[in-house]
Amino acid sequence: MNLEGFLAQLVAMVVALVGAPLVMGWVNQCRAWLQNRRAPPLTMPFRTLHKLFWKESVVAHDASPIFRVTPYVVFGCMLLASLIVPTLSTNMPMAPAADAIALVGLFGVARLFISLAAMDIGTSFGTLGARREMLVGFLAEPAFLMVLFTASLISSSTSLATTVSALAHREFTILPSLAFAGLAFTMVSLAENARVPVDNPATHLELTMIHEALILEYSGRHLALIEWAASLKLFAYSCAGLAIFFPWGIAEANDHVALLWALPVLAMKLAIGGFLLALIETILAKMRIFRVPEFLATAFLLGVLAILVHLLLGA
Amino acid sequence: MGELPELLAIDAAMAVVVAWFAVGLAGLAALHNFSLVARVLFPLSAALSLALAGTALSALPGAPQTAVLAIGLPDLPFHLRLDALSAFFLALLGLASAGISVFAGGYFRRGEGTPPGLLCLHYHLFLVGMAMVMLADDAYAFMVTWELMALASFFLVTTNHRIAEIRRAGFLYLLVAHVGAIAILLCFGVLQANTGDYTFANMRAQNLSPFWSSCAFLLALFGFGAKAGILPLHVWLPEAHPAAPSPVSALMSGVMLKTAIYGMVRVNFDLLGSPLWWWGVAALSVGLATALFGVVFAAAQVDMKRLLAYSSIENVGLIVVGLGLAMVFAAYRMNSLAALAMVASLYHCLNHALFKSLLFLGTGSVLHATQERNLGKLGGLMRYMPFVAWTSLVGVVASAGLPPSNGFVSEWLLLQGFLFTGGLPNPYLRMLVPIFAAGVVLVAALAGYVMVKFFGVIFLGRPREDKLAQAHDAGWLERLGLAWLTAGCVLLGLFPVAVIEVIDPITYAFLGRGLAQSGRAGDWLLLAPVSAERASYSPILFLLVTAAIVAAAFVLVRRFYHGRLRRAAPWDCGHPMQTARMQDTAEGFGQPIRQIFEPFYRMHRELPTPFDAAPRYRVTVEDPLWAWVYLRIAAATEAVSRWVGMLQRGRISIYLLYSFLTLVALLFLTQA
Repeated sequence: MNLEGFLAQLVAMVVALVGAPLVMGWVNQCRAWLQNRRAPPLTMPFRTLHKLFWKESVVAHDASPIFRVTPYVVFGCMLLASLIVPTLSTNMPMAPAADAIALVGLFGVARLFISLAAMDIGTSFGTLGARREMLVGFLAEPAFLMVLFTASLISSSTSLATTVSALAHREFTILPSLAFAGLAFTMVSLAENARVPVDNPATHLELTMIHEALILEYSGRHLALIEWAASLKLFAYSCAGLAIFFPWGIAEANDHVALLWALPVLAMKLAIGGFLLALIETILAKMRIFRVPEFLATAFLLGVLAILVHLLLGA
Repeated sequence: MGELPELLAIDAAMAVVVAWFAVGLAGLAALHNFSLVARVLFPLSAALSLALAGTALSALPGAPQTAVLAIGLPDLPFHLRLDALSAFFLALLGLASAGISVFAGGYFRRGEGTPPGLLCLHYHLFLVGMAMVMLADDAYAFMVTWELMALASFFLVTTNHRIAEIRRAGFLYLLVAHVGAIAILLCFGVLQANTGDYTFANMRAQNLSPFWSSCAFLLALFGFGAKAGILPLHVWLPEAHPAAPSPVSALMSGVMLKTAIYGMVRVNFDLLGSPLWWWGVAALSVGLATALFGVVFAAAQVDMKRLLAYSSIENVGLIVVGLGLAMVFAAYRMNSLAALAMVASLYHCLNHALFKSLLFLGTGSVLHATQERNLGKLGGLMRYMPFVAWTSLVGVVASAGLPPSNGFVSEWLLLQGFLFTGGLPNPYLRMLVPIFAAGVVLVAALAGYVMVKFFGVIFLGRPREDKLAQAHDAGWLERLGLAWLTAGCVLLGLFPVAVIEVIDPITYAFLGRGLAQSGRAGDWLLLAPVSAERASYSPILFLLVTAAIVAAAFVLVRRFYHGRLRRAAPWDCGHPMQTARMQDTAEGFGQPIRQIFEPFYRMHRELPTPFDAAPRYRVTVEDPLWAWVYLRIAAATEAVSRWVGMLQRGRISIYLLYSFLTLVALLFLTQA
């Protein structure tokens, strides 16, 4: 582990911690503009986090230690996930610790804990949320893995850093397999990050909520950590998608000039991605919960198709 | 002490087997002495298990050792052989049974149908049978010990033989076991190729034609599949596991299913030699169907032990998928990749032995504390049984295949194996095999759903019955067993490179390749089965970084803000009335899966009408294969029997006529 790599990793961590709430704020801003509302400031998520951290945490009498541990575990998993995904540079000492499959596993651990915590209090909404979260998860997880496998097969590596540098170096052509994978990835990331059309982050309507039902009992610092983790998840997903489908601008090892450029390029890519997310959320309606499996099964099939297209056409 | 002959590992292993037998006999001698059996004999047996595991692990890298035991029929001695594969499975048996036996010492209670001493005898005969199956080096010894294993476990399943349902489950188990045993016997018959010599050494030397070797493969798949619980021969598993006492379920699910896997590896990779490519596809298809079926049914179960039984079916399916992938690669002489798939499969055997035993033992403690197997009547036990809950949580994470547990490592290796199928020369296989990979991923994700249901409904939430508040945590012997298996799960997850080095001699023996050389990558921390650029995973780093982030978040929040906490009633969106009955039941939690996979199930729904005075909603989920396969076979058998029964007229003159006709027919034949 060299010093330079360590510093790059540290910078990536700070960028993730600061950037994630900003992305969330940017999406909210864009959505407000698109819906003809006055937008909250870009730093609104930070203010919310600050407020929540100051508030007292209220915990139900029946809560077990799992309930109190979960916010920290979820936060840890999501931060680690955003360290594994190449954001600024592919030279990362953490990269060998976990590859694309482990990244999906990491999201799985977070999902397991947050579902268990939701069941822990024993309220009807909590178990409802846990059930729906696992329902979304069991289809989204394989679909995401299929997307990552497509990228892995193209670059013959499941290590994300190697994959991204291999994809960045290839000649620019639109590969049909990556096109299918991109579509699947978009669908999965909408579902996994609890966005419209799968879930609505702005409502507590009991019949439709998934993510909000899970975290209904959380307050104070626990809620703050979970909200931060949720924005880190969005950040990690966005960065993974950007790194696989638009890998240009991510610095290689020992390329200091590119490292300077990497941050503005990432900010640009995230800004465009965030705007598109807000656009999708504005023009689509939320679907019924039992349409979600169909939606995700489509994503899964598209992912499998992407792999088959790659293996058959070699493209 | 140079003049003493060196003690061979195979002798030491046999000594343990004999000692187990002696412990069993001691139990028979002290038939009703409960405290002797529970407090002395079972812990002693656990120590013997450890000795066996140690012996096997030390023998693993060495050359195969053989011995001949002059027991059994004259001129037909038992041939024994301890090679890398046997040693690995013996180590698996020792490691898992050490925890299970200690637990059993604290688990069995007085007056559970069978007297404690007899139970002890059955239990140890079962252990002896399993160990001898792995040591056997001829078909005769193998079949005798295989039967010993089947019979001993039958008696263990029917420990509570006064309950009719349990007797029925035991009978079904015995039936399927024997149908399987016939297939295995036929398989050995094919393998010896008319030489009349039933030693494995002779079978190895035979060069069978593709037709006969395919016959042997299919018979082995069927015969060992019946023991392993492969579709459609899985029906005994969900019946026998809930019927048996929990340590026995743990032993059957954790270890006995692996003897069948051992048999498959032995026949396909050792005795048959080079597999054909379609064997691999057959194993992949059957394995994936089994895994998918198992996990979908596990999600719909309401009995906690049935749920785990279906989950075992799923895991066996995944193991067979790994073996199938290894066969596909081996058929094309891609031996390094075959070694990768085989290591994944064997690693998963070891993992499943530990985490499924752990979970079954956990259900045993819950069952003793609450007298309840039905998930719908449990809940909130984390508060009353924290030790069982936390150890089960480790098992649940492992069973869900999540990092940094051991279950993740084997799934990771298996998926890595699948990612290399692009190099297969056959274009149809290149197209087909990734679909299996997609199926495996789906199964792994569904396993997470099942495990959240299992843990959440039993241990979390509020107690669904008042009596649960009296539940007590496990006793110290039970805790020792649970802690041992938990530690095993954690260590196997954190040190995969060390485990792969242990498995490597097996793949060297059968395929000439191993993973350890490339797997080391100069670093014991980093698991990289092919090369570090290709793929790598380091569970320790993974765990340490997550733990560091968690600790830092914990400290920093308190440093910059505060750590105040207030206890209050749950909020629940402001609903004023909440009772424990408003939580999801097991049926409710499985409902989305039931709806999505509806064609898989045979469901009976009882819906109340609006005018019911006492409305009742009930849904039962049945295995469709029971109706599609078994009831049809039963009906056909009955029809044939009735037809044959027409011969029986009950009149002496008719029978004399039969004799006369037979005589005429025989005379005719001898003339011709």
